[in-house]
Amino acid sequence: MAFVTANWNPLGESFYRKIELYEMGWNLKDGLKDSLVAAAPYGGPIALLKGHNRRSSSARPQLEIFSSSGLPLASFPWKSGVVKQLGWTVSDDLLCVQEDGTVLVYDLWGGFKRHFSMGNELSQSQVLETKIFHSPYGTGVAILTGALRYTLATNIDDIKLRRLPEVPGLQGAPSCWAVLTQDRQSKVLVANGSQLFILDNTACTPVTPPGLSPQASSIVHMCVSFSYKYLALLTDSGHVWMGTSNLKEKLSEVDTNIKTPPKQMAWCRRPKSQQPSAVVMWDGLLIVVGECKETIQYHLDDDSVLVPELDGVRIISGTHHELLQEVPGACEEIFKIASMAPGALLLEAHKEYEKESQKADEYLREIKEQSLLSEAVRQCVEAAGHEHEPETQKTLLRAASFGKCFLSNFPPEQFVSMCRDLRVLNAVRDYTVGIPLTHTQFKQMTVQVLIDRLVYRKLYPLAIEVCRYLKTPEYQGVSRVLKHWACYKVQQKEESDEVIAKAVSVKLADAAGISYSEIATKAYESGRTELAIKLLEFEPRSGEQVPLLLKMKKSPLALSKAIESGDTDLVYTVVMYLKNELNRGDFFMMLRNQPVALSLYKQFCKHQEQDTLKDLFNQDDDHEELGNFYVKASYKEQRLEARIALLQSAVDEYYKAKNEFSAKTTEDEMRLLRFQRKLEEEKGELLVGFSLHDTMTTLLSVGLHKHAEQLYKDFRVPDKRFWWLKLKALAEKEDWEELEKFGKSKKSPIGYLPFVEVCIKHHNKYEAKKYVSKVTPEQKVKAHLAVGDMEGAAEAAIERRNESEISTVLSRCSATTDHLLMERLNRARATAVKK
Amino acid sequence: MASHLFCGRVNLNILREAARKDLREFLDKCSGSKAIVWDEYLTGPFGLISQYSLLKEHEVEKMFTLKGGRIPSAAVKNIVFFVRPRLELMDIIAENVASEEKLHPREFHILFVPRRSLLCEQRLKEKGVLNSFTNIDEYILDLIPYDGDLLSMESESSFRECYLENDQTSLYHAAKGLMTLQALYGTIPQIFGKGECARHVANMMLRMKREFAGSHTQILPVFDTLLLLDRNVDLLTPLATQLTYEGLIDEIYGITNGYVKLPPEKFAQKKQGEGGKDLPTEPKKLQLNSAEELYAEIRDKNFNAVGAALSKKAKIISAAFEERHNAKTVGEIKQFVSQLPHMQAARGSLANHTSIAELIKDITTSEDFFDSLTVEQEFMTGVDTDKVSTYIEDCIAQKDPLIKILRLVCMQSVCNNGLKQKVLDYYKREILQTYGYKHILTLKNLEKVGLLKPQSTVRNNYPTIRKTLKLWMEDTNEQNPNDISYVYSGYAPLSVRLTQVLARPGWRSIEEVLKILPGPHFEERQQVPTGLHKKRQPGENRTTLVFFLGGVTYAEIAALRFLSHMEDSGTEYIIATTKLINGTSWVKSLMDNPEENFP
Repeated sequence: MAFVTANWNPLGESFYRKIELYEMGWNLKDGLKDSLVAAAPYGGPIALLKGHNRRSSSARPQLEIFSSSGLPLASFPWKSGVVKQLGWTVSDDLLCVQEDGTVLVYDLWGGFKRHFSMGNELSQSQVLETKIFHSPYGTGVAILTGALRYTLATNIDDIKLRRLPEVPGLQGAPSCWAVLTQDRQSKVLVANGSQLFILDNTACTPVTPPGLSPQASSIVHMCVSFSYKYLALLTDSGHVWMGTSNLKEKLSEVDTNIKTPPKQMAWCRRPKSQQPSAVVMWDGLLIVVGECKETIQYHLDDDSVLVPELDGVRIISGTHHELLQEVPGACEEIFKIASMAPGALLLEAHKEYEKESQKADEYLREIKEQSLLSEAVRQCVEAAGHEHEPETQKTLLRAASFGKCFLSNFPPEQFVSMCRDLRVLNAVRDYTVGIPLTHTQFKQMTVQVLIDRLVYRKLYPLAIEVCRYLKTPEYQGVSRVLKHWACYKVQQKEESDEVIAKAVSVKLADAAGISYSEIATKAYESGRTELAIKLLEFEPRSGEQVPLLLKMKKSPLALSKAIESGDTDLVYTVVMYLKNELNRGDFFMMLRNQPVALSLYKQFCKHQEQDTLKDLFNQDDDHEELGNFYVKASYKEQRLEARIALLQSAVDEYYKAKNEFSAKTTEDEMRLLRFQRKLEEEKGELLVGFSLHDTMTTLLSVGLHKHAEQLYKDFRVPDKRFWWLKLKALAEKEDWEELEKFGKSKKSPIGYLPFVEVCIKHHNKYEAKKYVSKVTPEQKVKAHLAVGDMEGAAEAAIERRNESEISTVLSRCSATTDHLLMERLNRARATAVKK
Repeated sequence: MASHLFCGRVNLNILREAARKDLREFLDKCSGSKAIVWDEYLTGPFGLISQYSLLKEHEVEKMFTLKGGRIPSAAVKNIVFFVRPRLELMDIIAENVASEEKLHPREFHILFVPRRSLLCEQRLKEKGVLNSFTNIDEYILDLIPYDGDLLSMESESSFRECYLENDQTSLYHAAKGLMTLQALYGTIPQIFGKGECARHVANMMLRMKREFAGSHTQILPVFDTLLLLDRNVDLLTPLATQLTYEGLIDEIYGITNGYVKLPPEKFAQKKQGEGGKDLPTEPKKLQLNSAEELYAEIRDKNFNAVGAALSKKAKIISAAFEERHNAKTVGEIKQFVSQLPHMQAARGSLANHTSIAELIKDITTSEDFFDSLTVEQEFMTGVDTDKVSTYIEDCIAQKDPLIKILRLVCMQSVCNNGLKQKVLDYYKREILQTYGYKHILTLKNLEKVGLLKPQSTVRNNYPTIRKTLKLWMEDTNEQNPNDISYVYSGYAPLSVRLTQVLARPGWRSIEEVLKILPGPHFEERQQVPTGLHKKRQPGENRTTLVFFLGGVTYAEIAALRFLSHMEDSGTEYIIATTKLINGTSWVKSLMDNPEENFP
């Protein structure tokens, strides 16, 4: 504990510290000398290419990939062209940019993934320099060609090459350049001697950094901060200029007194820091510059590489891996010599408490008197997060926990989540894992991404432990890891299908939301169809299984799975697929075994392919449906012969289906059609297509009574209906004479009330009255009322002594005109009621 | 506004808001000005979700109806097709796009409602236009909030598809809709059901639940029970003429997507000085939902009780207006004025409904209506159901509307558990001779779905069902009902009786009847995450969602509302359905007209 500040160096208002992360596990003969080195940010892997400039094929350079702790992950001889630059993508893939502009992409394990080109013109002009950068859109590549032009790809996963405008007056390679991301656009900042230019898609704009020291005649180095917000320039006069990257504001300028060009320069500024600071590295020397004139100087034993991070700079050498950062505020407050900050006092109090000294109480009182205890706890918790040594973390957390005891209502979340986070961080910082994340980086990166990284490194058990420990929802946590594990597992060629399927199902059994079809697809892609089918059986979402099953040509299974899902669209999709794949016979056979699919297909045919529909019915010997089919088809025919022919086919099918009624009816229809046509020809009346009823009505209305009668007899129309029909037809025609004749022809089967009513409907009271007398006694009242004969109605009602009828009549009487009548009716009603 | 969705036991506005959010998100995906090309069928259901103003806010400048040929010209950046996933519509879209692309390049988008379809995309691909679309998306609109206690899928042909064509697409959508509902309102712990389709839907739900395992929502269940009912369990109810106010409006004028169109004459504004010259000729269009206070009050009453309710209301309103004479102080006057808009709205509403009631009364007091109702009630009580009915015979002879005949014949068949072959053939022959032989296909359809059938050897079991479930109540009180049978003036809808018995005393008491009715009956339980078990307050009612697969009538809804409001019923009901139907629209959906082109 006493040594916490031992590695602190003051610079201006703040302190800087250099922490050793790892002693490197690799065993490099010449250190990093003569190698291309690329280390991914957020404690990512390190790629190393030794002797990349050697062009002889006899000694191929070796490409090696290590974890941050120097444990080997992959190693293979480099067989392609000359590599200009190595770099890592945001998802931990390795990019190797070759001289000819080809970019090769490898995974963490040295597996080749793909390649792309930065432009055709490069085959002649070659790549001079290249930079790999990260922006909100992903990982980008910028190159400077031999023709001194810049080409940019902002996102290598969606490559759109942009050629930037020419830099005026550029004769040879510029002294230095960098990629900026501003206003949602990637730009290049180029220094040519003392001139600075910003290149964007359309223009090349000269810019001047405000307040740049006049001694400088050339800018020899530049670097952009992790957040793209700040820029540092190093001039040939040895001055470091620091300002905002939009070149509007100068933050500081420091003279390093060294005029040789440096090897590397990087920003070393943690978020929310008050002081801008950068690290400049020469051979054997590292300088931290800030706002003040003084600098911190470190001696370097070995060739080293700077890796800028969000909150510091990592320094990788042949033997060590260190982190250089500004001491975070909370740590400074607590550990600064003679600090009286509440956190420092709390730590002290806890120390005394452990020693069982009463001083603990004094310290506590001091904090409490200023009511800063909760602030003290917070400081301790926060500081713990920034400390690398677990022992220090523990001490701080214990102090925090101690302080918490004297607080009521202190929210526990911060403490709890810090404990959790630190446990995870310590686990991934472990030498064997080698991801030296700081707490700040971890929060920026999120748990999701950390889990992804662990999965990518095939550290499945650790990933699962992390998920469980952090209580990540199963769906996004454990299940996801297990899925990746399974996808990896199914590619292991040496194990048998059974073993793998079993292993997968056992491991994944109770994990929620696993997409087995994704795993199965992986298996299929690695040529293991049988395994894929086995795995698919575990998939609960039948819909998900279908596309893969189709791909694997397991169509019957695909069809039954589609049906199982209930998603008819999916069923249709499979059916259509089968229709194209199979010959018609097989296709029909398959449908036959799947009634759901068959009826859906029938629906489809009904709308789209009438002929196929017929074939389907034929195949099933479904005579009833065939009959219906022909009936339907007959209505589409214009010509009568064709229509009748189709109806005949229908009749035949109905007989085969033993549906006598339909057959007979259809025969009737044919008979009617023939009759209608004959009459059309003879009499010129439009009849075809009318119903029997309408045909007879038409015939009657044009006076073809005989023909109507003939239909009435031929089609055995019930008397009642015929009478109604004729009554209405004649009334419509206002052929009252004929109507009277008809009424008298024989006793009406529908009675005579309809006669009265129909006449009234046609406003012929005179005719109506003729039939009133013929109406049966029960309907007399109604008939009289219909013709408006109140007297008659009253008479009839009274005669029948029917109370309700009397009431009906009464209700129709008007008090002014039918006064006498009403009296009579009332009297009659009284007697009727009495009875 | 959607104030009508707040009033129920369950806040269905959550569902509507979710739907609106999705719509906005999709519209914003197609940035810039846009024209929407509508599948005409969808405009009604969409009206329940959003008004034009919402679309306008998202730069929708023009709207067209989808039809062949070219899209009317519009200076917009995007053309968005809102369509159902149907092949024939894809052909039209392909034609539209092909002719448009040559002239002016635009961005095209498709929004499939309610679900995107591989089959349709395949068709667009075949037509060579699939790549012309910038966005192909789906708008999941299964259950549309229709009223405070009512959800409808507005899927017209669902009954026909399920029972006639064996196409269970709408059931899949129903299951999906129920999943969406559960995502918003929590898992429904208990599922009951009766009928094949109900079984199918429940199976799909349980399967989907498994599929989404691990992503379950942490929402306290709002619904206690889901009851799935097949329409074919109760074929009788929709055939009967509904006698509630709302039911009659629907029977006579038809309510579509919550709107009714009425003959304008009765609504002529009687303003002084204008005379009666300008009678409106456009039908009067009214929105009907519970946001209208008066309507909410009378919609579910038996029509015979509506008159009294209206006149009572009239008195209250005129009394309220009289208040102004009593308002002396400035404060009183101010208070009166502040109530004025509300009172005026109430008066307008009263005037409208008085007119509607008059229109309906003209019909219900007619002899035709009375006769036909008498026959219906005879059938339902089992009088002479085994003989040819002279009334039906006369109606055919006078060539009354075919659907009326079909409703009556089907009803007789259902109430007699099938007709004697001779009777059935006689009816069929009469119908075919009078209305044309083409209707043979319609008759076959009715037979296929079981609305018409020849009597089998089994005994007519309708009387058993009627007696056990007390489907006919002799002493129905229409004014102050004490039983659901008031909605049909005597007949208690079978479907609602099943619901009622389920709540109390439970289906075990009617096992025998359940066995007679078609399809399986079942009970399923869904695991509710621990900690989400509802702790019911004493006296708090249970909430049951009743889902009618194949349609529900307004009278049935009225009956369920009656049960909800009944004192100590212990259960409140929310109703969901594939479509709001009545006998006419239902029978119509089953008709086939070979002379028409195929749908």
